[in-house]
Amino acid sequence: MDLAEAEQLVDFRFRARADELQHLRRVVRNALDSLGCSAEFVHETVLALDEAATNVIRHAYGNSGDGDAVLQIFKTRNVLMFRLIDFAPTVDCNAIRPRALDDLRPGGLGVHIMRQVMDTVEFKKPEEGVGNVLVMTRKLERPTE
Amino acid sequence: MEMKTRKQGRYAIVALTGEIDLQCSPQVREEILRRLDERQPVLVDLSQVTYIDSSGIASLVEGLQHARGRRLEFALVGIQDAVMQVFKLTRLDAVFPMHASLEAAMSG
Repeated sequence: MDLAEAEQLVDFRFRARADELQHLRRVVRNALDSLGCSAEFVHETVLALDEAATNVIRHAYGNSGDGDAVLQIFKTRNVLMFRLIDFAPTVDCNAIRPRALDDLRPGGLGVHIMRQVMDTVEFKKPEEGVGNVLVMTRKLERPTE
Repeated sequence: MEMKTRKQGRYAIVALTGEIDLQCSPQVREEILRRLDERQPVLVDLSQVTYIDSSGIASLVEGLQHARGRRLEFALVGIQDAVMQVFKLTRLDAVFPMHASLEAAMSG
């Protein structure tokens, strides 16, 4: 996605704590509802972003509650792009893999959900002063004006 | 999220309301495991749950495993469409015993 041609819908900075997740979900829901997305599309997208933010809280910041993250949402006519930025130490993205689903055990489902819902999920090389940058894209159900 | 547990017959019914995420899923896990440790079969009433994330699902998976290890019943009741969507995404919809209503769960 060429960001120069994209419209920014959301630029939301939040404390990386579990009690901020509900607020994050509300921000995403409001943005997607304003585009006329279906309830199923909105729910799945909110879920994938919730999972990504949960990973930041648990794994990047180690549940310390001590740090911020930023969610940005951009859109072109056909595609949504989500950037989740944190300022924690950079995580080894090779260690972040979905687990096999036939292995019944708690945990490890978040990455699977993100990959199921989104068309692309990619960790980008962070800029100076940034810990991790996760970029995900999802094609809209129908083009917007 | 709100959580209320009541005894009905031999079952502990853990009724959840609202959104289940990382903030509240540890409480859900703790309550389910505590009831199972007390040798009570558990029905988790999800009929008033509007949202669940993978941490909530993980709490239920742990409950299921705990129940199996103790040979106790463990089932989910009244799952709404949005919540079922998450079970399907994680391919766990066929793993849990599920019932449409408490009556169906208790007569099964």
